[in-house]
This record gives sequence, structure tokens and C-alpha cells, in this order.
Amino acid sequence: MNYSIFPDQWKTFLNEAGAISRFTGRFFKIGFKPPYEFRELLKQCFYIGYKSLGLVGITAFIMGLVITIQSRPTLVEFGAEAWLPKMVSVSLVREIAPVITALICAGKIGSSIGAELGSMKVTEQIDAMEVSGTNPFKYLVVTRVMAATLMVPVLAVFADAVSLYGGFLGANIRGVVSWDLYWNQVFQTLVYSDILPSVFKTYFFGFAIGIIGCYKGYNSQKGTEGVGQSANSAVVISSLLVFIIDLIAVQVIDLLNFT
Amino acid sequence: MVSEADHKANDETETKNIPVIEIRNLNKSFGDNHVLRNFNADLYKGENLVVVGKSGSGKSVLIKCIIGLMKPDSGTIHMYGKNIPDLDETELDTIREKTGFLFQSNALYDSMTVRENLEFSLRRHQLKAETEKVNELVMEALTNVGLAETVDMMPAELSGGMKKRIALARTLILKPHIILYDEPTTGLDPITGKEISSLMLEVQKKYKTSSIIISHDMNCIKITSNRVVLLIDGRCYAEGTYEKLKKSNDVKVNLFFE
Ligand SMILES: Nc1ncnc2c1ncn2[C@@H]1O[C@H](COP(=O)(O)OP(=O)(O)O)[C@@H](O)[C@H]1O
Ligand SMILES: [Mg+2]
Repeated sequence: MNYSIFPDQWKTFLNEAGAISRFTGRFFKIGFKPPYEFRELLKQCFYIGYKSLGLVGITAFIMGLVITIQSRPTLVEFGAEAWLPKMVSVSLVREIAPVITALICAGKIGSSIGAELGSMKVTEQIDAMEVSGTNPFKYLVVTRVMAATLMVPVLAVFADAVSLYGGFLGANIRGVVSWDLYWNQVFQTLVYSDILPSVFKTYFFGFAIGIIGCYKGYNSQKGTEGVGQSANSAVVISSLLVFIIDLIAVQVIDLLNFT
Repeated sequence: MVSEADHKANDETETKNIPVIEIRNLNKSFGDNHVLRNFNADLYKGENLVVVGKSGSGKSVLIKCIIGLMKPDSGTIHMYGKNIPDLDETELDTIREKTGFLFQSNALYDSMTVRENLEFSLRRHQLKAETEKVNELVMEALTNVGLAETVDMMPAELSGGMKKRIALARTLILKPHIILYDEPTTGLDPITGKEISSLMLEVQKKYKTSSIIISHDMNCIKITSNRVVLLIDGRCYAEGTYEKLKKSNDVKVNLFFE
């Protein structure tokens, strides 16, 4: 048994963290220098944003619906049933919609970027790009990271709206809340300090998902097995990062007294 | 593009042996794995030089060092008057514009059509080229490899031999002076392999290219080689024409050529 205070797992972890930091550094170093790959960026925004709308929409709708249904009994106990839209909208917009969106994206976008770049790496397509005079980091990584950073917040705002609609239906399953009353209450409750910080943090979610997916794919090991592993660990690490960023964001928002 | 002057120089130097790539004392290791140890070789203008070696002997590492995809630990590679390991990205790009590289796995971009694959290198180097010209170049390159009809297909729809041809077309579209082939016939059936070999010979004649060809396919070596270099234990073990090496008495050489 090795009881060293610096076990191998820690070494692996720190090496990986260092490599990811260097990868991120490279993004900032060359990401904003011309020439820009606008066409590829738009294409990626389409893939990442538009193609995830359905999945994000369904999930957000269901979350809004069930959170409302689940919250009702507790509020009924206090005789505060009328507070249902208030309570539900705050938890949906502040926390549930952005985090669920980010997790869906970590699964869908993280794995697809990881697998795509991974297979391009092991079939030498990335080398081929470099040989043909295109900087593959710029063409593949920078565009995907930017697209994820830009699109995840859009998806999160979309998820906010859809989940609130789900909440409306949920509130109407047992009780009766008119359309006008529901939205009146929601918008009376929600202030900018609920919405802005929660949208702001989704930029970080998107960035983390993009960077991790690209890092894992770009550094894929030889062979088809390596591609699967890249996709898999891209999802695992970026999901974990979403929660860590969320935790930090909550603290920071609290400190800045946004609440 | 091959200019008038180049043609003349080519004819003159067929006997003079002017080197276009000079590799001196090349070393490359991965950890304890010393892949290349003081490797030396020259590629002369207009010739096809075949590098033969066992699988895992470092042949791919060698040509990746030449094109600048890997950095050797020490040694020099002189090409177009520059030492490749010293160059930065921009300088490498100008070298690569004149140098074709055919990957062992073809490395066709599988999210793009054949046309987009071919255009990809073009739009980098000749950004100003107008659409009509680009289209002309794409069709010319495809016609050269006999696959003009595949222009709108995806790589996944093509057979192994067709993919190899498209990869070659993608290389030829920039009219390179030097072409590096990494195992061009490996994984193909013998007949398709011969077709690719003949195509490579045609390319050499038509565009007056100089090539390094990595191969252990005897048919391919017989058809394409002007000279053969044997890579064993990271060194240039033997060198000569195909016929000369075939007649050699050396045991290690015989292993490859029997
Ligand atoms: N990127 C790399 N990292 C570590 N080892 C490598 C790398 N590329 C090649 N090698 C090692 O170098 C040796 C030669 O590989 P390669 O040049 O691909 O062989 P081949 O002659 O079959 O083309 C092999 O032992 C391989 O494991
Ligand atoms: Mg090889």
C-alpha cells in the first residue's frame, strides 16, 4: 500500500487539470486573432443551438410541470397555495432551467464534440488540416467553444420560458390559475437580479462544455476505443464542472448581494 | 505549378542528382522508445524514393517530421533551402503549400463532400481564386485520378481504392513539387494496389514531382521506385535500386525482398 501524501490519482488529476488549463490558455491566445472562421462558427451555432432546441424544450417543460405539481402539497399545508407561481418561477428561473439545460448540453453537445474531434484525430483528419494550411485548433476548437458559449445561454433562456409554461399547466392540474393571473404573478416575482445572474452563469456552463468536449476529442488516444472514451469522459467531466461552476456562481452572486 | 524553367532544370538534373530533401542525423524518441537514430537520407529531384521498414519502425514518424507535424529531437531536414525543425507555423505553411502528403488512413474529412474536401486546401492557399477557377481545378484533379463522377458524394460512400484516389486528388490539386506517400497501397487488394501504384507513376511523369513513398508492398515498390532505402533500427540500413537490393546477400535485406 502506498500511503504517500501525493498519491498517483492526485498526480493524474493535477496533470489533467494542467493540460486543460493550457488548452484553455491556447484558446484565449489564438481564438481572437484573425482570420476568423465565421462560416464554421455559424454552422456550429446551428448544430449546437438549433438542433438542441427540441430536447431542451421537452426537458424544461417536464421539469416546470413536475416541480409545480410536487411543490403544491407543501404550500397547501401552509395555506399558501396562491404562492405557487411565485415560488415555482423563482426556483425554475434561478436554478433548475439553467442547470438542466447545461446538463442536457453536456450530454448532447459534449459527447458529440468529443466523438467528432476524437474520430477526426485518430483518422488523421486533424493532421490533414494542419498540412493543408488550416490551423485545426482555430477551425475546429475555437469555433465549437465559441458556439457552445453563445448558444447555451440562448437555450437556457428558451428553457426558462418553456419551463414556466410547464409550470402554468402544472398549476392548473389541481387548482385553477388563469393565464393572466399566472404570468402576472410570475413577472411580479421575477426581478432582473433573478434572471441576469442566472443567464450570466450559463455562459460559463457553455464555455466549460465546449472546452472539455474539444480537449477530450483533440487529445483522443489512438483507436476507436479512444474515441468512445473521449466522448464518455467529456460528458462526465463537463457535467461535474457544471455543478462546480454553479456552486461558485451561487456564492459569487450572494457575495455581490444581487439577491 | 511547374514553370518552363523548372522543366529545363528537371531535364538537366536527371543525371546530376540535385537533392530536394536532405535529412541528416535525425533523432526522435518517445520516452525510452528510440524510433529514429541518426537517420540520413536524400531525395533527389524527380525521383521516387521508397522507404521500406517493418511496421512500427518509425516510417510514419519520419515523414511526419519532414512535413513538420512532429519535431525531431535533433538533426536537420533541409527542404526548399530551409531547415524544417526551425520553422514557425507561417513558414511551415508556405513549405506545405508546395508539398503533398498522402495519409495512410486517407484522412478525408468525412463531414464534407468530395468537392468540399478538395476545395478545403484550395480556399486556404488561393483565397482570391474565383469560384469558376476553383471548380475547374477540382474537376481537373478528379479527372486525373479518374473519379470525376464522385464530386458530390460523401467519403463514406466510396470504396477503399476510391478514397485513396480522392485523397491523392486532394493532394494533387495544389500541384505540389514534392509528395510524401504514407503506405499508399496498404489495406487495398493487389489489383487496386497496382492501379494506385501506376497512378503514382503517372503523377511523377506528368507533374515532374519528387516523392518519398513509404511502403512494404513489393508490387508497389517494383512499379514506383527509382531508389529504395531500408529503415532498420532507426537507421538507414541499406540503399539502392529495387534490383540491387533484391540481389543483396544481406540476411536482413533479404527478409524484405524475398
Ligand atoms: N505520438 C506518438 N507518441 C508516442 N509514440 C509514438 C507516437 N507516434 C509513433 N510512436 C511510436 O513510434 C514507433 C513508430 O511508429 P510509426 O512511425 O507509426 O511506425 P510505422 O513505421 O509503422 O509507420 C512506434 O513504436 C510507435 O509506438
Ligand atoms: Mg505508419
